[in-house]
Amino acid sequence: MLKQIEGSRAVAETVARCRPQVICAYPITPQTHIVEALGTLVKNGDLNSAFINVESEFSAMSAVIGASATGARTYTATASQGLLYMSEAVYNAAGLGLPVVMTVANRAIGAPINIWNDHSDAMSQRDAGWIQLYAETSQEAADLHIQAFLLAEQLSNPVMVCMDGFLLTHASERADIPDQPEVDAFLPAYQPRQVLDPADPVSIGAMVGPEAFTEVRYLADQRMRQALELIPDIAAAFWRQFGRASGGLVRPYRTAGADLVVVALGSVLGTVKDTVDQLRDDGIRAGVLGLTSFRPFPAQAIREALGDGHRPRRLVVIERALAPGSGGIVTAELRAALADADGRSCPAGNPIISTVVAGLGGRPVTRKSLHEMLTGAAHGVLPPFSYLDLRTELAQAELARIRATRRSGPSAENILRDLSATAPGPQG
Amino acid sequence: MASERIRFYQTGSFAAGNRLLPEDMRSEQSSAARANTLTCGHRACQGCGEALGARYALDAVMRATKGKMIAVNATGCLEVFSTPFPETSWQIPWLHSLFGNAPAVASGVAAALAAAGRTDTRVVAQGGDGGTVDIGMACLSGLFERNDDVLYICYDNQAYMNTGVQRSGATPPAARTATTPAVGPEPGNAFGQGKNVPLIAMAHGIPYTATATVADLRDLEYKATRAMDFRGARYLHVLVPCPLGWGSSPADTIKVARLATESGLFPVFEAEGDQVISAARIRHQVPVTDYLRLQARYAHLFRPRERTDVIARLQAGADRNIARFGLLEEPDPDHSERVRLTPAPVHDSQLRR
Repeated sequence: MLKQIEGSRAVAETVARCRPQVICAYPITPQTHIVEALGTLVKNGDLNSAFINVESEFSAMSAVIGASATGARTYTATASQGLLYMSEAVYNAAGLGLPVVMTVANRAIGAPINIWNDHSDAMSQRDAGWIQLYAETSQEAADLHIQAFLLAEQLSNPVMVCMDGFLLTHASERADIPDQPEVDAFLPAYQPRQVLDPADPVSIGAMVGPEAFTEVRYLADQRMRQALELIPDIAAAFWRQFGRASGGLVRPYRTAGADLVVVALGSVLGTVKDTVDQLRDDGIRAGVLGLTSFRPFPAQAIREALGDGHRPRRLVVIERALAPGSGGIVTAELRAALADADGRSCPAGNPIISTVVAGLGGRPVTRKSLHEMLTGAAHGVLPPFSYLDLRTELAQAELARIRATRRSGPSAENILRDLSATAPGPQG
Repeated sequence: MASERIRFYQTGSFAAGNRLLPEDMRSEQSSAARANTLTCGHRACQGCGEALGARYALDAVMRATKGKMIAVNATGCLEVFSTPFPETSWQIPWLHSLFGNAPAVASGVAAALAAAGRTDTRVVAQGGDGGTVDIGMACLSGLFERNDDVLYICYDNQAYMNTGVQRSGATPPAARTATTPAVGPEPGNAFGQGKNVPLIAMAHGIPYTATATVADLRDLEYKATRAMDFRGARYLHVLVPCPLGWGSSPADTIKVARLATESGLFPVFEAEGDQVISAARIRHQVPVTDYLRLQARYAHLFRPRERTDVIARLQAGADRNIARFGLLEEPDPDHSERVRLTPAPVHDSQLRR
């Protein structure tokens, strides 16, 4: 049913229609509205599921591991510090090959503590063995969960659906929540590949030494490669069943014949597309390549989307997370994806790649700033690595303090003090 | 033909042999139909108290649940020696996830069973003292607080034995471990406040809490069985000597465990809710030195000179336990509910009278 609905609520109602049998949750902003809504649906009898209020995210992931191994369809949701706190169990769920589905309401990681959106949390778990899908809109966030359960269960591998905290979780948008019969037709009952059953006892989670560990890890990678085939298939099936495009590996926008292509993930894609339209009006041949799947990393789909013959001259990667001491996480993956068959990372004809770190800790990524930055990129003046809207004067002031005084104090608090000193008062 | 009169106490253990009991009262381990939950071929050390305790406890649970049991195991010796890939000694559905999460995993298993309407299948989670007292404590408390339908069994050998005998929150004062070495003016583990998880369990008000040792295996069987009479969270804390970590003879595992109780250092009791309902009486109180002398981890208390000051503090701890749980008091004659509630296995205290 089409309605105006908060993103979290849309996800909760859609997850409920996927009939999870066990839901575990520990509250963390900005994931809370999702699990509150699911808890209410269970409590008032609208959803027949066991809902466990656990004492930590580590416990949440652990409980869904146990439930999934017992043959239940399982769901949890978290964000930020919570994802890090459960990290050991996140790896474990994937290592055991359990098809858990989890929403990550993307949020920055502290310190400094920050509740607002970026992709630091999910990116930190990029090699945990989970499939990672990033939603552009509330509608897609909801839809991706239906696809995620199917994908997870077909592969026996967990899937993380990433949706930008607040920007998607708390925004009220128009979304179509599928009816129960439609979801039932798309998502069959869960048939576990492995299950704890007294009638047929198996040991799960045995110690594996050097004689077989590599092979078990090889199989984890194979599941990811299989996912590269399945994700587009499931998105196509979803389109046939529900009549809208959601999911898939990549989402190109005006890339045909583009000289400049912006690569990004998540809700920022909307603003980027608007900016690209503006650039096109300016006469700059710009396009966008949205990545829906970050794990597996869709290298071939990216190469195809960028055109094997005529590639854009320049790529700008919007990084919603920072890899200190290295730069951009997506950029590194993209460079590897564009390598030639011999593994040369910068073959002739490959684009110049610029990394732009943007929107950390909820800093708005505005069309104005994007337009300015991309115009610079089109004119060849964008450096290989930069920050969007970095307040250089604040950073420089702190650097000066550090140079001047040994005991310069906590940087974050110093910067905040500087900010309040320069901020306009209540009278503006 | 020479003959010998079989005396009731000839083993020195005061335990009655099964052959003296009617068949329906014999131990589960004496039954040809026992589940052999942890079957032969595992790689535990000689004299491993944990392997012994796990076999008795889980076979008793298997009988109580008519074979419908799922076990969750924390990382540790029990996990490692039972499942070197691709071998497994477990003849039950068994899941190992992580070191610190066994209680939460078990909650998930129980929730999945409840969601599927399969509540006839019961869940046991088990771990060592490190996985329980230390790293798993938060998950365990969550399990207790929610009163999820799980029996959690802690096999307490008082240190991180799997990683090479490092101190845990359950390591007793003065004991030598790899991280509390027997060097310096105060060798061994410091005197702390201790962390009594059975009492912590009782503070949660869970339906059933009990302690046991591998010295009294009938009592262990009884308590594992009794635990299955309850729904909700249950906690069983079993003292399991570790010859490797304690520096005791593998042949003395049972004896060391018995001295732990007879000295008062390890009180054996059971509780329902927050009330202790019974405690195993000490028949012949022994000084703590009888217990300490058998273990190389306490050798520094006797050589090069006897540390009477440290031994006195340990004895005071044992005396506090004896007073607190009334371990030397005459048992209340009306307090034989164990036997009334569970016809088999019978508690051997009945045989002593």
